[in-house]
Amino acid sequence: MTDLDQMKTDLLAAIDAAATLDALEAVRVQGLGKQGSVTALLKTLGGMSPDERQVQGPRIQGLREAVTTAITTRKAALDRAELDARLASETLDMTLPADAAPHGSVHPVSQVMDELAEIFADLGFAVATGPEIEDQWHNFTALNMPESHPARAMHDTFYLNAAEGEEAKVLRTHTSPVQIRTMMSQEPPIRIIAPGRVYRSDWDATHTPMFHQIEGLVIDKGITLGHLKWTLENFLKAFFERDDIVLRLRPSYFPFTEPSAEVDVGYTTVKGRRTLGGSEGWMELLGSGMVHPKVIEACGLDPKEWQGFAFGVGVDRLAMLKYGMDDLRPFFEGDARWLKHYGFSALDVPTLSQGVGA
Amino acid sequence: MKVTLDWLKQHIETDASLDTIVETLTRIGLEVEGVENPGATLAAFKVAKVLSAAPHPQADKLQVLSVDAGDGPLQVVCGAPNASAGLVGVFGAPGATVPSNGMVLKVAAIRGVESNGMMCSTRELELGEDHDGIIELPADAPIGMAYPDYAGLNDPVIDINVLPNRPDCMSVRGIALDLVVAGLGTAKPLAYAPVEGAGEGPDVRTDDADGCPAFFAQSVSGLTNGEAPEWMRRRLTAIGQRPISTLVDITNYVMFDLGRPLHVYDRAKLSGGLVARKAAAGEQVVALNGKTYTLAETMTVIADAAHVHDIGGIMGGEDSGVSAETTDVIIECAYFDPESIARTGQALMLTSDARSRFERGVDPAFLEEGLAIATRLVLDLCGGSASAPTYSGAPPLERKRIAYDPALAETLGGLAVAEDRQRAILTALSFTVEADWTVLPPPARRDVDGPADLVEEIIRIEGIDSVAPVPLPRAAGVAKPTATPEQRLESRARRAAAARGLNETLTWSFLSDAQASAIGGGAWTLANPISEELKVMRPSLLPGLFSAAERNMKRGAAGVRLFEIGRRYLAGGEHPTLGVVLAGENRARGWQEGKAKPFDAFDAKAEALALLAAIGAPVENLQVMGDAGEAWHPGQSGTLRLGPKTVLAAFGMVHPLRLRAFDLDGPVAAVELYLDALPAKRSSGFARAAYAPPALQAVRRDFAFLVPEALAAEALVRAVKGADKASIVAARLFDVFTGTGVEPGHKSLGVEVTLQPGEKSFAEADLKAIADKVVGAAAKLGASLRG
Repeated sequence: MTDLDQMKTDLLAAIDAAATLDALEAVRVQGLGKQGSVTALLKTLGGMSPDERQVQGPRIQGLREAVTTAITTRKAALDRAELDARLASETLDMTLPADAAPHGSVHPVSQVMDELAEIFADLGFAVATGPEIEDQWHNFTALNMPESHPARAMHDTFYLNAAEGEEAKVLRTHTSPVQIRTMMSQEPPIRIIAPGRVYRSDWDATHTPMFHQIEGLVIDKGITLGHLKWTLENFLKAFFERDDIVLRLRPSYFPFTEPSAEVDVGYTTVKGRRTLGGSEGWMELLGSGMVHPKVIEACGLDPKEWQGFAFGVGVDRLAMLKYGMDDLRPFFEGDARWLKHYGFSALDVPTLSQGVGA
Repeated sequence: MKVTLDWLKQHIETDASLDTIVETLTRIGLEVEGVENPGATLAAFKVAKVLSAAPHPQADKLQVLSVDAGDGPLQVVCGAPNASAGLVGVFGAPGATVPSNGMVLKVAAIRGVESNGMMCSTRELELGEDHDGIIELPADAPIGMAYPDYAGLNDPVIDINVLPNRPDCMSVRGIALDLVVAGLGTAKPLAYAPVEGAGEGPDVRTDDADGCPAFFAQSVSGLTNGEAPEWMRRRLTAIGQRPISTLVDITNYVMFDLGRPLHVYDRAKLSGGLVARKAAAGEQVVALNGKTYTLAETMTVIADAAHVHDIGGIMGGEDSGVSAETTDVIIECAYFDPESIARTGQALMLTSDARSRFERGVDPAFLEEGLAIATRLVLDLCGGSASAPTYSGAPPLERKRIAYDPALAETLGGLAVAEDRQRAILTALSFTVEADWTVLPPPARRDVDGPADLVEEIIRIEGIDSVAPVPLPRAAGVAKPTATPEQRLESRARRAAAARGLNETLTWSFLSDAQASAIGGGAWTLANPISEELKVMRPSLLPGLFSAAERNMKRGAAGVRLFEIGRRYLAGGEHPTLGVVLAGENRARGWQEGKAKPFDAFDAKAEALALLAAIGAPVENLQVMGDAGEAWHPGQSGTLRLGPKTVLAAFGMVHPLRLRAFDLDGPVAAVELYLDALPAKRSSGFARAAYAPPALQAVRRDFAFLVPEALAAEALVRAVKGADKASIVAARLFDVFTGTGVEPGHKSLGVEVTLQPGEKSFAEADLKAIADKVVGAAAKLGASLRG
C-alpha cells in the first residue's frame, strides 16, 4: 500500500467517524483545507515531470474527489440526524383539543320559509310582505268579514290601544291582508306567497299567541279549484320530497273564499310517528279556496274578469311535520340547545338542484 | 253541534252505517270532530236487584247486601243509605271500570266482609250529579240486562263542527236533510198540526221592526211544569244539555231538533203585555245566567210594562223564567235580525245557543210551524189549554234571486257537472231553479248570495275531492328570481350570522311593560294582551334576546351567542332589524390561551362590521360615533354610521342597569343592525371592473405617534391615510401603548402605512416627502412622532 492509499483510507475512516458537523469540518480542514494533506499533495503536481504527472495526477485528483464526496455524504447524514433529533424534541400530544369554533344555526322557521320561497319561485310566485300591525279593513272588512260577522269573533284577535275616536288597529290574525295589499297595488296576473308572523290570543301545546303563516294567492283568468289542487299537491310533494303525498279536499268555510276547501294530507305511521305520505289516516293541514268575488271587488278588480285561489298554512306546523318537532312552544324560547338540535347550518341553503330539504 | 244517531234517524230513513254517515258528513262539509258511544264505557254494568240487606258487623254505616245481577246471589258491601231489600239498581261486577274515577272493581274485603262488586250511584257512572244514594230503577227493570241497553245509552253521539255559513245545519233535522241530499236516505216528513187554541192570543207586539221584525206567541194556561219525559231528557243529556224542567227542556229540544230558538215566560211574573223594542240606554236586566247586563239603545229587548224580560234572541231574564210553580206561560217564537244579534252579543260578551243560531240566521219561514210544534209539545207534556196564537209583524221572507251560469261549476269549481245534475242538486237543497237559471235560495240559507255560493253547494254534494288537479300554466323558460332586494339582504344577514357561529332564535313580538320601559317604552300597547308579559310591541329586538340569554345562562350555558331577525314596531312603522346578544364566555378557558375570555365591546363591533359587510354595506367608509343610547354602556358602545345621519348599527356593552332589569349577571355585549337603513345598491350588471394589479410591490412604513389620550384612534388613522392620497393605499393601527415612557395624559399609537408606487419605485427622497406629509397631517390632531 502506498502513502497515498494509506492517506485515503485514514481520511475516509475519519470522515466516517466524525460524529458531529464540527468534527466533520475538522476532518475537512485536515484533508482539504489550505494546510490539508490532500491540498499538500495537489500542490506537488506542479513540480512533477509530465510523465510523472500523467501517473500521479489522476491518483491525487481521485483522492480529492473521494474525500469531497465522502464529506458531502456524511454531512447530509449528519444534517438529517440533527433535523430528526430536533423534530423528535418538538413532539406534541396531538390528542390535545383544537380550538372549537362556535356552531351557528338557522332557525327551522327561517329555513322552512326559505324552502317555501325556493319551491314557489319555480312556480312563478314572488314573495310579498305586509304590516303586522294592521287596520281592521285589511284584516277583516276587505276579506268579507264585516263588523258583525261571526267569523270575526272566531279569530281571537289582539287589539291595540287606540287614541280617542280612532279605530283600534289589530295584530293581523292571518297573512291574508297581504292578499288585499297585493291586489290593490299590483295589476293581475298575480302569483305571490306571503310568509310572516301572525297573532291570535290562544296558548297551549299546539297554539302560541304568535306563530307563522304563509299565504298563497293566484289571480288570473280561468283559474279553477283544479289549479289550486295541483299547486298544493306539487308544493307538498316538493316540500316533503315525497311522491306519495295524497291530498283530500273537504268543503269548508272561510269568509274570503268561495268555494272553500280544507285540505287534509294522508299520513302513514312510521315508528309511532305520523309521517306525511300514503293514506293510512288524514291530518288537517291547510285552508284554501277560490278567492271570494267580494274580496276581488273590494280590491277594485272585476270578479267577472279576474278569479283565482288562495291558501294559508302554518309555517311552524310544516316545520314540525317535516323535521319532527312535537311541541310548538320551544320555537320561541331561544334555548340554545334546542336551536342547535333543530337548527340548520348556514350552508344548508335550499336550492332546487341540491334539494330543498336539509 | 252534537247529534245522536237515533235522533238523526228520527228525520232520515236510512240503512247507512254509522261509519258511512260519519264519512258522508265530513265529505259534504259537516266536519265530524268526534264520535262517542256513551254506553260503551258502561257495558260491564248490569241491572241488579237487592235481595236482602243486613247490617255490617263492623261498621254502622255499611250494609251487607245480597245482590242478583242475573247470575244468582252475590255478597256486596254497600254504604248507600237507600240500599234496601227489593231495590233494583245498577251493579258493577269485579273487572268493571268505574267511569268517574277509573277504578277497576275487584273482589275485596271491606272491614272484614267480602264484597263482590259495587252498587253504583249516578255520579259514579257519570250520568248525573246525584251521589246521595245508589241508582233506583223501576221495579220491573229486567234483572241481568246490560245497563246501557236498558237505559238506551247505546246511541252514538256525533260531534259536528258546523261552520258559520250553514245556519240550516244548526239542528238535527238540518243535518239529516243534508244527508238526504247526499244520497243517504229519504227525509221523514215533519209531523206538524196547527194548534188553533181557544180565546184571544197573548198581548205581544213588536215595536222594533228592524231588530225584531216578527214576534209570534201563544199562551198555555193551567199546565204543570214537572220533569220532562225520559226520551227527551236522554237526548238532551246525550248532546251535553242538562235537563231542567219540562218547559225549559221543550224549548231546548225544539231549538236543537229544528233549529228554532224559543223562549217561555211565566205569565204570573209579567205585568201586562210583552213588547219587542229597543232598550233604553242604561236599562238593566238580570239574565238567566244570574249576571246583570247594562243595555244600550241599539239592543233589542222584550219587556213588559215594568221592565226588560229578555235580551231578545240571546238570553231570557231571570225573574220571568219558569219554575215548578208555573201554571200559565207565554211561548215566544220571534225572528231577530242577525246583524243586530251579533252586535249585541259582542257588546255584552254574552254567548248562548240561541244567539249562535239567530246571528247566523234562523229560517224565517219556520215561525208559525215552530210555534205550533212547541205549543203542541207543551200541551202534550204539561197539560193545560192553549190560546189562539198572536202574530205581530212579519219575518223577512223575500228571497234573493241569483243569476247563475251552470258553466261556473267547471270554470270556477274545476268540476264538470251536467246541467241536469246541477239542477237536481240545487232543487234537493230546497233552492228554486227557474228555467233561465235564476236561482232562489231557500229562506233558511241566508249565507248564499252569489253564483260562487251555488258552485260551492254543487261541488260539495258532487264531491269536491273529485276535482282533478290541473297544472298551473308555467311561464316560458327558466323560472325567474323572485326575491326582492330586502329579502336577499335578510337572507344574507341570516346565513352570515349563522356562519359566524350565532344561533338564530325567534322571540315574542311583545314585551312586558317593565321590559319595554327599561329600554325607553314602546309605541304600541295591546288592549287585550294574553298576559302582562306579552303586552307592548317591541321597539327593539334586544329585550327579547336578553330574556332568551338569561334563560340560557340560568340553565348553565357558559357562553350564549344568539341573533334574531325581525321587526321593531315604532310609532312610524315596522322596521326589519337584526339583533345579536353575546353573553358569558366568548372563549372557554383552555390549555393554549389559559383563562376564559368574556365577550367584550370589540366582539360586538366585529359582529356588527362582519354582518354589515355581508349585506353589502361599505364598511370601509363607516364612521364610529357615540350616542348608541340609554340601553348601552356610556363608555363602551357606539354607532356605525354612513355619513353623520344614517345609523346602520349600534353595538357595544349593555348598560348594567338594563341587564339588571333582565336579571342578567355579568357583562353582555350586543348589536342591533337596522336593516332598512342601508341605502339600496344600484345594480351595475354582473361584469366586474378590469383586473389591474399594480406592477411594483407595495412598501410598508411604521409610525409611532404620541397623541392626547382622548383622541379617537380612528381620527388619527384617517388623517394619516389622507396625508398623500396618491401613494398611501392603507393605514392600519397596530399598537396602543400607555405607561412607562409615555407622558401622562397621552398615549402612543402605532400606525402601519402601506405605500403603493406607481410607474417607478420610490426613491429615498420620495419616501421622506411622504413621511413628512404623514407627520404633518398627524400634527394637526396634536400628534407628534415618537422618538
